[in-house]
Amino acid sequence: MSEIKGKIHSTESFGAADGPGIRFIVFTQGCRMRCRFCHNPDTWSLEGDDTCTDMTAGEILDKALRYKSYWKKDGGITVSGGEPLLQIEFLTDLFRQAKDQGINTCIDTAGQPFSREEPFFSKFQELMKYTDLLLLDIKEINPERHRNITGYDNANILDMARYLSEIGKPVWIRHVLVPGLSDFDEDLDALAEFIGTLKNVQKVEVLPYHTLGKFKWENLGIKYSLDDTAPPTAERIDNAQRKLGAGKYAKN
Amino acid sequence: MTNLEQWEGFKGSKWREEINTRDFIQNNYTPYDGDESFLAGPADSTNKLWSKLQQLQKEERAKGGVLDMDTHIVSGITSHEPGYIDPELKDLEKIVGLQTDKPLKRAFMPFGGIKMAEEACTTYGYTPDPLLHKIFTEYHKTHNQGVFDAYTPEMRAVRKNKIITGLPDTYGRGRIVGDYRRIALYGIDKLVEAKQDDLAHCGNGKMRDSVIRQREELSDQIRALKQMKVMAASYGYDISKPAANAQEAVQWTYFGYLAAIKTQNGAAMSIGRISTFLDIYIKRDLDKGILTEAEAQELIDHLVLKLRMVKFARIPSYNELFSGDPVWATLSIGGKGQDGRSMVTKNDFRFLHTLENMGPSPEPNMTVLYCEQLPENFKRYAAAISVRTSSVQYENDDVMRPVWGDDYAICCCVSATQTGKEMQFFGARANLAKCLMYAINGGVDAKTKAQVGPKYKAITSEYLDYDEVMEKFDDMMSWLASIYVHTLNLIHYMHDKYNYEAAEMALIDTNVRRTFATGIAGFSHVVDSLSAIKYAKVKTIRDENGIVVDFETEGDFPRYGNDDDRADDIAVWLLGTFLKKLKQCHTYRDSEPTTSILTITSNVVYGKATASLPDGRKAGEPLSPGANPSYGAEKSGLLASLNSVAKLPYEWALDGISNTQTINPDALGHSEEEQVTNLVNILDGYFEKGAHHLNVNVFGKEKLIDAMEHPEKEEYANFTIRVSGYAVKFIDLTKEQQMDVISRTCHATL
Repeated sequence: MSEIKGKIHSTESFGAADGPGIRFIVFTQGCRMRCRFCHNPDTWSLEGDDTCTDMTAGEILDKALRYKSYWKKDGGITVSGGEPLLQIEFLTDLFRQAKDQGINTCIDTAGQPFSREEPFFSKFQELMKYTDLLLLDIKEINPERHRNITGYDNANILDMARYLSEIGKPVWIRHVLVPGLSDFDEDLDALAEFIGTLKNVQKVEVLPYHTLGKFKWENLGIKYSLDDTAPPTAERIDNAQRKLGAGKYAKN
Repeated sequence: MTNLEQWEGFKGSKWREEINTRDFIQNNYTPYDGDESFLAGPADSTNKLWSKLQQLQKEERAKGGVLDMDTHIVSGITSHEPGYIDPELKDLEKIVGLQTDKPLKRAFMPFGGIKMAEEACTTYGYTPDPLLHKIFTEYHKTHNQGVFDAYTPEMRAVRKNKIITGLPDTYGRGRIVGDYRRIALYGIDKLVEAKQDDLAHCGNGKMRDSVIRQREELSDQIRALKQMKVMAASYGYDISKPAANAQEAVQWTYFGYLAAIKTQNGAAMSIGRISTFLDIYIKRDLDKGILTEAEAQELIDHLVLKLRMVKFARIPSYNELFSGDPVWATLSIGGKGQDGRSMVTKNDFRFLHTLENMGPSPEPNMTVLYCEQLPENFKRYAAAISVRTSSVQYENDDVMRPVWGDDYAICCCVSATQTGKEMQFFGARANLAKCLMYAINGGVDAKTKAQVGPKYKAITSEYLDYDEVMEKFDDMMSWLASIYVHTLNLIHYMHDKYNYEAAEMALIDTNVRRTFATGIAGFSHVVDSLSAIKYAKVKTIRDENGIVVDFETEGDFPRYGNDDDRADDIAVWLLGTFLKKLKQCHTYRDSEPTTSILTITSNVVYGKATASLPDGRKAGEPLSPGANPSYGAEKSGLLASLNSVAKLPYEWALDGISNTQTINPDALGHSEEEQVTNLVNILDGYFEKGAHHLNVNVFGKEKLIDAMEHPEKEEYANFTIRVSGYAVKFIDLTKEQQMDVISRTCHATL
């Protein structure tokens, strides 16, 4: 196996919010979507800057395994980003080696690169052999609004959700709740309906918009378009959770 | 086989024929692996008394931190009339006994030093009786006077320049934990008898210094035991015989502790490990049907109420070191026995439950002796209490048990001691960060410009060379270790002479093991500074006299706290090297030298006396507390930081390695269920790596900032946070220390 290197933005030894249990998080560099609320805009650039490191799967695993004693039965590795699926060969290599060591593997993705076309589709099928769980972020069910938020259509993203349902791959559906952008009752209802058609959903998580990543936009010199947007109220969070059936799917 | 009516139903034999609390516990306790559902809420009496106490605490805070002080009675075991939380609620107190005749009234304790006792009074607007001044300056010497009579000029210089700091020469050394349970198990008469027997056989007629001293100390101990009986009688109890039921067992045990806190204002006054012991009595009464669970909880709640009331008169410089009025009434629960059985009983749940029945509180310093094999239910309950109250610390039973057995207790913030078998000579800290600067400057203090250390050749180059610095640092550490140990020898000699802990020592075996507990301050900064010198370029900046006062560090270097072996290896080397140097010195009374990395809130004061360092920390900024990585050094998240600290071998720092971490609740999990599971996994993973201690705070920075700005809000009245080695009410910290806590890393990756 040739040494495929991943373009890695950073790693974090302790993640307890991205997948089950305690997780080692790998943030890959590069994403095509330009979500207006993104809290990691520094991971957008496909080339990255000099703070990025090129790492092999082996190097990442060596680092991750230092934290194995904290994982117990649920924890493991989550690859987030950036968009991990943009580096699918590397990701497959990493997860294949991780599964050899019995490590739980999880991808945190917005699904934007997904396609049933070749060459992507075979690669994705291969990746799924080594993937235990996907956290699939559906920014908006309404294609217009999805484009408004991310700059991209959501047809292939919803198709990815359907495909994962077809093959019975466990997913957690996540929805970032942003007032004015992704918090509309009719869309939440439609999203709930869509989720209801899927057979593989273990959990639905509503992620309330927060402003912790705002400083990164300023550092990067990019205009932040949500200056006037406050985090959602407790009522709206509760509303979204109810509509999406957040408790219904909860497995733990 | 001796059988007393109070011992009815108890098993085992050895403990009946000799003073041996551990043997009694091992033969009689019942491990509990169920969950917390059996627990009872607060009794009506508890609510009333706690509400009264909170009202008193509020008055105390409003009066500037002290509610009342004694100005004319020298505190002793029998010095005061009985006191109650509220005379009108007196009959509600299931467990009685206060340090003085009134709640939260601070006693006058001159034996550590008359000057300090007086200053403590005058600071808060009280005038001590002039007769006391005359007695303790003209007729009777105090510890502090003894120490300063004997100090050498060099000792005064290292003390003044704060390279050795926080020394127990102006306050009681504390840290001695009597086996207070002995009173409940045996009654005072039997304990007196045993000590009299020791006295009769002490010395075999050969009158060496050590024998003479031992005989005098034994007589002091016997006197203290007899006084405990008198004190208990004033509250209406006869403790000459063993406790006959649960209420008496709790009360007798507390009386022992009360005698200690009436006679010593030690920096740490721990109650020890009492939960499993007391559970035996509670279970016996529950089984007999003469006690209900609600009544059992009431006893424990009332005992803990008393532990929340322990107060000492302190001077401002003490409060700067140990902020928030802590007394380290440390209570150790949990743990595992040598035979592999968990020592968790229902009573360990009851003690944790006090934090729910009466809300969060810094005292008693609640310490869980943790290991992975403890019952899952108990681990989860403790973690849940942490998530809700941030009032619990965890220490690794798996690393301590092999060294101290299964009846050790935490005697201070994090240090272990064998109950009833051992005492500690507490030794504050040597500031290794200053030592590094002395190495660079040839013994000159960069802050005070005084020649304090030996006049070794200073470094004259513009850029620091790693090998040269290491060689000089090694020499300077040798000097520091030796002057440090010599100073402590002198202090403890005088403490034994003028401020002997007769009450505590009466409840410890005569043939006592002594440890000599030194400590390191500035740990992470030395590690990072050496790493900077090794891996980056460090340029010196000198003042007009050529003394290095600052640095410019060019380039990146690995820092302790990122699980990077390049930095962490330096940390391990530093600890091992300093310990080796300490061990080469003669220690007082054949004590065994140990060391620690556990500065507490004193990190702020120590930092003020420390010049700029090569790691980028500027002059006067706080040092990072305990074994914590430096501010802003942790770039790889919580677990990487924990892994770095876990690399420090506990066997090299038997006095403790403290680590304090704050985790944002959202970063710990989306629900309390998840948060608890993740916290248990963090603890399991950390301790599996051989780490010693973890303080866990679960809150976000926003809450701290709001509490600092709005201390008057009701929700912050009891807002408790763990700082290095103890807990405080956040609003009781100085502003400076609040800022320091806020600026520390909060792990909040979302």
